[in-house]
Amino acid sequence: MPTYGKGLRGLSILTLVTITAALILVFFYVPLDATQGFIQKIFYIHVPLAIVSLCGFVFGGVLAVMHLRTGDRRYDLRSYVAIHMALIFGVAALLAGSIWAKASWGHWWVWNDPTLVSYLIVLLMFATYTPFRFSIEDPERQARYASVFAILGGAFVPLNFIAVRAAQEYVHPRVLTLTGSNLPGPMLLTFLVSLLGIALLYVTLWKYEMAAKNARMQMRALRRRLLGDDDIRPLPRSAAPSL
Amino acid sequence: MTPFAIAPALPLHAAGKYVAGAYIVFVVVILIYVAIMALRLSRMERQLVELNHDLARRDEAGEAGEHQRQARHPDDPDGGREPARAGRSAGDSSL
Repeated sequence: MPTYGKGLRGLSILTLVTITAALILVFFYVPLDATQGFIQKIFYIHVPLAIVSLCGFVFGGVLAVMHLRTGDRRYDLRSYVAIHMALIFGVAALLAGSIWAKASWGHWWVWNDPTLVSYLIVLLMFATYTPFRFSIEDPERQARYASVFAILGGAFVPLNFIAVRAAQEYVHPRVLTLTGSNLPGPMLLTFLVSLLGIALLYVTLWKYEMAAKNARMQMRALRRRLLGDDDIRPLPRSAAPSL
Repeated sequence: MTPFAIAPALPLHAAGKYVAGAYIVFVVVILIYVAIMALRLSRMERQLVELNHDLARRDEAGEAGEHQRQARHPDDPDGGREPARAGRSAGDSSL
Protein backbone atom coordinates (compact mmCIF):
# COMPACT_ATOMS: atom_id res chain seq x y z
CA MET A 1 0.00 0.00 0.00
CA PRO A 2 1.53 3.38 -0.95
CA THR A 3 2.20 6.09 1.62
CA TYR A 4 0.92 9.50 0.63
CA GLY A 5 2.26 11.28 3.70
CA LYS A 6 5.82 11.13 2.38
CA GLY A 7 7.19 14.62 1.71
CA LEU A 8 3.97 16.21 2.98
CA ARG A 9 5.72 18.27 5.63
CA GLY A 10 8.14 19.86 3.14
CA LEU A 11 5.36 20.41 0.65
CA SER A 12 3.18 22.07 3.30
CA ILE A 13 5.99 24.45 4.27
CA LEU A 14 6.69 25.26 0.61
CA THR A 15 2.99 25.95 0.04
CA LEU A 16 2.80 28.21 3.07
CA VAL A 17 5.91 30.13 2.01
CA THR A 18 4.68 30.54 -1.59
CA ILE A 19 1.20 31.72 -0.55
CA THR A 20 2.69 34.15 1.97
CA ALA A 21 5.03 35.48 -0.73
CA ALA A 22 2.09 35.82 -3.11
CA LEU A 23 0.06 37.78 -0.54
CA ILE A 24 3.04 40.08 0.16
CA LEU A 25 3.43 40.69 -3.58
CA VAL A 26 -0.30 41.30 -4.03
CA PHE A 27 -0.67 43.82 -1.22
CA PHE A 28 2.78 45.45 -0.99
CA TYR A 29 4.49 45.14 -4.35
CA VAL A 30 2.25 45.06 -7.39
CA PRO A 31 0.99 48.50 -8.50
CA LEU A 32 -2.69 49.33 -8.64
CA ASP A 33 -4.47 48.66 -11.89
CA ALA A 34 -4.97 51.84 -13.93
CA THR A 35 -8.66 51.24 -14.62
CA GLN A 36 -9.92 48.97 -11.84
CA GLY A 37 -7.78 50.23 -8.99
CA PHE A 38 -7.65 48.27 -5.76
CA ILE A 39 -10.47 45.89 -6.68
CA GLN A 40 -8.25 44.28 -9.33
CA LYS A 41 -6.33 42.56 -6.52
CA ILE A 42 -9.06 39.92 -6.49
CA PHE A 43 -7.62 38.83 -9.83
CA TYR A 44 -4.62 37.26 -8.04
CA ILE A 45 -6.82 34.88 -6.08
CA HIS A 46 -9.79 34.39 -8.39
CA VAL A 47 -7.97 33.47 -11.61
CA PRO A 48 -5.45 31.04 -10.05
CA LEU A 49 -8.29 29.31 -8.18
CA ALA A 50 -10.28 28.97 -11.41
CA ILE A 51 -7.28 27.73 -13.43
CA VAL A 52 -6.22 25.21 -10.76
CA SER A 53 -9.77 23.90 -10.35
CA LEU A 54 -10.10 23.35 -14.12
CA CYS A 55 -6.68 21.65 -14.20
CA GLY A 56 -7.85 19.54 -11.25
CA PHE A 57 -10.84 18.31 -13.25
CA VAL A 58 -8.54 17.41 -16.15
CA PHE A 59 -6.16 15.70 -13.69
CA GLY A 60 -9.09 13.68 -12.36
CA GLY A 61 -9.92 12.67 -15.94
CA VAL A 62 -6.34 11.58 -16.62
CA LEU A 63 -6.32 9.46 -13.45
CA ALA A 64 -9.64 7.96 -14.52
CA VAL A 65 -8.04 6.97 -17.85
CA MET A 66 -5.28 5.28 -15.84
CA HIS A 67 -7.93 3.46 -13.82
CA LEU A 68 -9.70 2.12 -16.89
CA ARG A 69 -6.41 1.17 -18.55
CA THR A 70 -4.88 -0.63 -15.59
CA GLY A 71 -7.95 -1.70 -13.62
CA ASP A 72 -6.14 -0.51 -10.50
CA ARG A 73 -8.78 0.88 -8.12
CA ARG A 74 -6.24 3.18 -6.49
CA TYR A 75 -6.42 5.37 -9.59
CA ASP A 76 -10.17 5.66 -9.06
CA LEU A 77 -9.50 6.83 -5.52
CA ARG A 78 -6.93 9.37 -6.78
CA SER A 79 -9.33 10.58 -9.45
CA TYR A 80 -12.13 10.92 -6.87
CA VAL A 81 -9.94 13.00 -4.56
CA ALA A 82 -8.64 15.14 -7.47
CA ILE A 83 -12.20 15.98 -8.55
CA HIS A 84 -13.31 16.52 -4.97
CA MET A 85 -10.51 19.03 -4.36
CA ALA A 86 -11.05 20.74 -7.72
CA LEU A 87 -14.69 21.22 -6.81
CA ILE A 88 -13.75 22.92 -3.53
CA PHE A 89 -11.33 25.22 -5.39
CA GLY A 90 -13.99 25.85 -8.02
CA VAL A 91 -16.53 26.97 -5.43
CA ALA A 92 -13.94 29.33 -3.91
CA ALA A 93 -13.16 30.72 -7.41
CA LEU A 94 -16.86 31.22 -8.10
CA LEU A 95 -17.43 33.06 -4.83
CA ALA A 96 -14.35 35.27 -5.28
CA GLY A 97 -15.38 36.01 -8.87
CA SER A 98 -18.90 36.83 -7.80
CA ILE A 99 -17.60 39.37 -5.28
CA TRP A 100 -15.40 40.91 -7.97
CA ALA A 101 -18.37 41.05 -10.37
CA LYS A 102 -20.46 42.85 -7.78
CA ALA A 103 -17.73 45.42 -7.23
CA SER A 104 -16.88 45.87 -10.93
CA TRP A 105 -20.15 45.38 -12.77
CA GLY A 106 -22.63 45.99 -9.97
CA HIS A 107 -24.07 42.46 -10.21
CA TRP A 108 -23.19 39.26 -8.36
CA TRP A 109 -23.73 37.32 -11.57
CA VAL A 110 -24.26 38.08 -15.28
CA TRP A 111 -25.77 35.52 -17.64
CA ASN A 112 -24.54 37.04 -20.90
CA ASP A 113 -20.87 36.25 -20.36
CA PRO A 114 -19.79 32.89 -21.84
CA THR A 115 -16.79 32.58 -19.51
CA LEU A 116 -18.95 32.77 -16.40
CA VAL A 117 -21.73 30.54 -17.66
CA SER A 118 -19.41 27.90 -19.11
CA TYR A 119 -17.46 27.75 -15.85
CA LEU A 120 -20.72 27.33 -13.95
CA ILE A 121 -21.73 24.49 -16.31
CA VAL A 122 -18.41 22.71 -15.69
CA LEU A 123 -18.77 23.18 -11.95
CA LEU A 124 -22.37 21.97 -11.86
CA MET A 125 -21.48 18.99 -14.01
CA PHE A 126 -18.76 17.93 -11.59
CA ALA A 127 -21.08 18.69 -8.65
CA THR A 128 -23.14 15.72 -9.86
CA TYR A 129 -20.09 13.43 -9.75
CA THR A 130 -20.47 12.50 -6.07
CA PRO A 131 -24.28 11.91 -6.17
CA PHE A 132 -23.68 9.91 -9.36
CA ARG A 133 -21.22 7.68 -7.54
CA PHE A 134 -23.58 7.31 -4.59
CA SER A 135 -26.37 6.17 -6.89
CA ILE A 136 -24.37 3.06 -7.89
CA GLU A 137 -24.21 0.45 -5.16
CA ASP A 138 -21.81 -2.08 -6.66
CA PRO A 139 -18.25 -0.74 -5.99
CA GLU A 140 -16.81 -2.18 -9.22
CA ARG A 141 -19.49 -0.61 -11.39
CA GLN A 142 -19.31 2.59 -9.37
CA ALA A 143 -15.58 2.90 -10.03
CA ARG A 144 -15.93 2.12 -13.74
CA TYR A 145 -18.86 4.43 -14.42
CA ALA A 146 -17.31 7.22 -12.34
CA SER A 147 -14.12 6.92 -14.39
CA VAL A 148 -16.09 7.27 -17.62
CA PHE A 149 -17.82 10.33 -16.14
CA ALA A 150 -14.47 11.82 -15.05
CA ILE A 151 -12.93 11.26 -18.50
CA LEU A 152 -15.87 12.88 -20.30
CA GLY A 153 -15.90 15.75 -17.82
CA GLY A 154 -12.13 16.18 -18.05
CA ALA A 155 -12.29 16.24 -21.86
CA PHE A 156 -15.14 18.75 -21.70
CA VAL A 157 -12.97 21.28 -19.84
CA PRO A 158 -10.49 22.11 -22.68
CA LEU A 159 -13.26 21.89 -25.30
CA ASN A 160 -15.29 24.31 -23.27
CA PHE A 161 -12.26 26.59 -22.91
CA ILE A 162 -11.74 26.65 -26.69
CA ALA A 163 -15.43 27.34 -27.28
CA VAL A 164 -15.36 30.26 -24.88
CA ARG A 165 -12.21 31.65 -26.51
CA ALA A 166 -13.96 31.52 -29.85
CA ALA A 167 -16.84 33.61 -28.50
CA GLN A 168 -16.87 37.17 -29.79
CA GLU A 169 -19.00 38.84 -27.18
CA TYR A 170 -17.86 38.71 -23.61
CA VAL A 171 -17.75 40.86 -20.53
CA HIS A 172 -14.79 39.10 -18.97
CA PRO A 173 -11.46 40.78 -19.72
CA ARG A 174 -8.98 38.76 -21.82
CA VAL A 175 -5.74 39.04 -19.88
CA LEU A 176 -4.10 35.72 -20.72
CA THR A 177 -4.02 34.71 -24.37
CA LEU A 178 -2.39 31.89 -26.28
CA THR A 179 0.28 34.28 -27.56
CA GLY A 180 1.19 35.59 -24.13
CA SER A 181 -0.17 37.81 -21.41
CA ASN A 182 -1.30 41.41 -21.45
CA LEU A 183 0.03 41.93 -17.97
CA PRO A 184 2.96 44.21 -17.19
CA GLY A 185 6.02 42.62 -15.51
CA PRO A 186 5.19 43.09 -11.80
CA MET A 187 1.60 41.97 -12.32
CA LEU A 188 2.68 38.91 -14.30
CA LEU A 189 5.22 37.99 -11.61
CA THR A 190 2.62 38.35 -8.84
CA PHE A 191 0.09 36.37 -10.84
CA LEU A 192 2.57 33.54 -11.49
CA VAL A 193 3.58 33.36 -7.81
CA SER A 194 -0.12 33.29 -6.83
CA LEU A 195 -0.80 30.59 -9.41
CA LEU A 196 2.13 28.54 -8.09
CA GLY A 197 0.91 28.99 -4.50
CA ILE A 198 -2.62 27.86 -5.31
CA ALA A 199 -1.33 24.94 -7.41
CA LEU A 200 0.90 23.86 -4.51
CA LEU A 201 -2.04 24.19 -2.14
CA TYR A 202 -4.08 21.92 -4.40
CA VAL A 203 -1.32 19.29 -4.48
CA THR A 204 -0.80 19.55 -0.71
CA LEU A 205 -4.50 19.14 0.09
CA TRP A 206 -4.78 16.30 -2.43
CA LYS A 207 -1.92 14.52 -0.69
CA TYR A 208 -3.44 15.22 2.75
CA GLU A 209 -6.75 13.77 1.65
CA MET A 210 -5.07 10.73 0.10
CA ALA A 211 -2.97 10.20 3.25
CA ALA A 212 -6.07 10.42 5.46
CA LYS A 213 -8.03 7.97 3.31
CA ASN A 214 -5.06 5.64 3.11
CA ALA A 215 -4.65 5.70 6.91
CA ARG A 216 -8.34 4.88 7.41
CA MET A 217 -8.10 2.01 4.93
CA GLN A 218 -4.99 0.63 6.56
CA MET A 219 -6.58 0.84 9.99
CA ARG A 220 -9.65 -1.01 8.81
CA ALA A 221 -7.50 -3.66 7.14
CA LEU A 222 -5.51 -4.02 10.37
CA ARG A 223 -8.69 -4.34 12.39
CA ARG A 224 -9.94 -7.00 10.02
CA ARG A 225 -6.71 -8.96 10.26
CA LEU A 226 -6.49 -8.73 14.03
CA LEU A 227 -10.10 -9.18 15.04
CA GLY A 228 -11.52 -11.16 12.15
CA ASP A 229 -14.45 -10.43 9.84
CA ASP A 230 -17.17 -10.88 12.48
CA ASP A 231 -16.10 -7.89 14.53
CA ILE A 232 -16.12 -5.44 11.60
CA ARG A 233 -19.32 -3.52 11.05
CA PRO A 234 -20.65 -3.78 7.47
CA LEU A 235 -19.73 -0.79 5.33
CA PRO A 236 -22.47 1.76 4.75
CA ARG A 237 -23.28 2.74 1.18
CA SER A 238 -20.85 5.42 0.11
CA ALA A 239 -19.92 7.62 -2.83
CA ALA A 240 -16.26 7.28 -1.88
CA PRO A 241 -14.22 4.55 -3.55
CA SER A 242 -13.59 1.36 -1.61
CA LEU A 243 -10.52 -0.75 -2.23
CA MET B 1 14.75 52.31 -4.97
CA THR B 2 13.62 48.84 -3.83
CA PRO B 3 10.34 47.41 -5.15
CA PHE B 4 8.83 47.62 -1.67
CA ALA B 5 9.63 51.32 -1.39
CA ILE B 6 7.54 52.12 -4.47
CA ALA B 7 4.76 49.72 -3.46
CA PRO B 8 1.40 51.40 -3.11
CA ALA B 9 -0.06 51.72 0.34
CA LEU B 10 -3.30 49.84 1.07
CA PRO B 11 -6.10 52.25 0.24
CA LEU B 12 -9.15 51.92 2.45
CA HIS B 13 -11.85 53.05 0.07
CA ALA B 14 -14.96 51.23 -1.02
CA ALA B 15 -13.11 48.51 -2.90
CA GLY B 16 -11.42 47.35 0.28
CA LYS B 17 -14.38 45.40 1.62
CA TYR B 18 -14.79 43.48 -1.65
CA VAL B 19 -11.10 42.58 -1.82
CA ALA B 20 -11.18 41.57 1.83
CA GLY B 21 -14.34 39.55 1.16
CA ALA B 22 -12.74 37.63 -1.73
CA TYR B 23 -9.64 36.75 0.25
CA ILE B 24 -11.70 35.90 3.34
CA VAL B 25 -13.77 33.49 1.21
CA PHE B 26 -10.55 31.73 0.24
CA VAL B 27 -9.36 31.53 3.85
CA VAL B 28 -12.78 30.37 5.09
CA VAL B 29 -12.95 27.60 2.46
CA ILE B 30 -9.51 26.38 3.53
CA LEU B 31 -10.45 26.61 7.22
CA ILE B 32 -13.64 24.62 6.65
CA TYR B 33 -11.61 21.98 4.89
CA VAL B 34 -9.06 21.89 7.72
CA ALA B 35 -11.90 21.64 10.28
CA ILE B 36 -13.40 18.68 8.39
CA MET B 37 -9.99 17.04 8.27
CA ALA B 38 -9.59 17.62 12.03
CA LEU B 39 -12.96 15.97 12.68
CA ARG B 40 -11.95 12.99 10.57
CA LEU B 41 -8.65 12.77 12.38
CA SER B 42 -10.35 12.78 15.79
CA ARG B 43 -12.73 10.06 14.56
CA MET B 44 -9.76 8.04 13.39
CA GLU B 45 -8.08 8.50 16.77
CA ARG B 46 -11.24 7.25 18.50
CA GLN B 47 -11.27 4.20 16.23
CA LEU B 48 -7.62 3.58 17.05
CA VAL B 49 -8.38 3.71 20.79
CA GLU B 50 -11.30 1.34 20.19
CA LEU B 51 -9.03 -1.00 18.23
CA ASN B 52 -6.44 -0.99 21.02
CA HIS B 53 -9.19 -1.68 23.55
CA ASP B 54 -10.56 -4.59 21.45
CA LEU B 55 -7.08 -6.03 21.07
CA ALA B 56 -6.40 -5.81 24.80
CA ARG B 57 -9.74 -7.54 25.47
CA ARG B 58 -8.93 -10.24 22.94
CA ASP B 59 -5.49 -10.81 24.49
CA GLU B 60 -7.03 -11.09 27.97
CA ALA B 61 -9.61 -13.56 26.69
CA GLY B 62 -6.83 -15.51 24.93
CA GLU B 63 -4.74 -15.71 28.08
CA ALA B 64 -7.71 -16.83 30.17
CA GLY B 65 -8.54 -19.53 27.59
CA GLU B 66 -4.91 -20.64 27.56
CA HIS B 67 -4.93 -21.10 31.34
CA GLN B 68 -8.16 -23.11 31.15
CA ARG B 69 -6.77 -25.34 28.39
CA GLN B 70 -3.54 -25.89 30.30
CA ALA B 71 -5.57 -26.85 33.36
CA ARG B 72 -7.64 -29.35 31.33
CA HIS B 73 -4.67 -30.87 29.36
CA PRO B 74 -1.58 -30.55 31.57
CA ASP B 75 0.43 -33.16 29.53
CA ASP B 76 -0.31 -31.74 26.07
CA PRO B 77 2.21 -28.96 25.19
CA ASP B 78 -0.30 -27.63 22.65
CA GLY B 79 -3.02 -27.52 25.30
CA GLY B 80 -5.59 -29.18 23.00
CA ARG B 81 -5.67 -25.97 21.00
CA GLU B 82 -7.27 -25.85 17.56
CA PRO B 83 -5.25 -24.37 14.69
CA ALA B 84 -5.72 -20.61 14.50
CA ARG B 85 -8.00 -19.29 11.80
CA ALA B 86 -6.15 -17.08 9.35
CA GLY B 87 -7.53 -13.56 8.97
CA ARG B 88 -7.89 -11.81 5.67
CA SER B 89 -4.81 -9.95 4.62
CA ALA B 90 -6.44 -7.19 2.64
CA GLY B 91 -9.04 -4.81 3.96
CA ASP B 92 -12.05 -3.72 1.97
CA SER B 93 -12.61 -0.33 3.30
CA SER B 94 -14.87 2.51 2.58
CA LEU B 95 -13.09 5.80 2.70
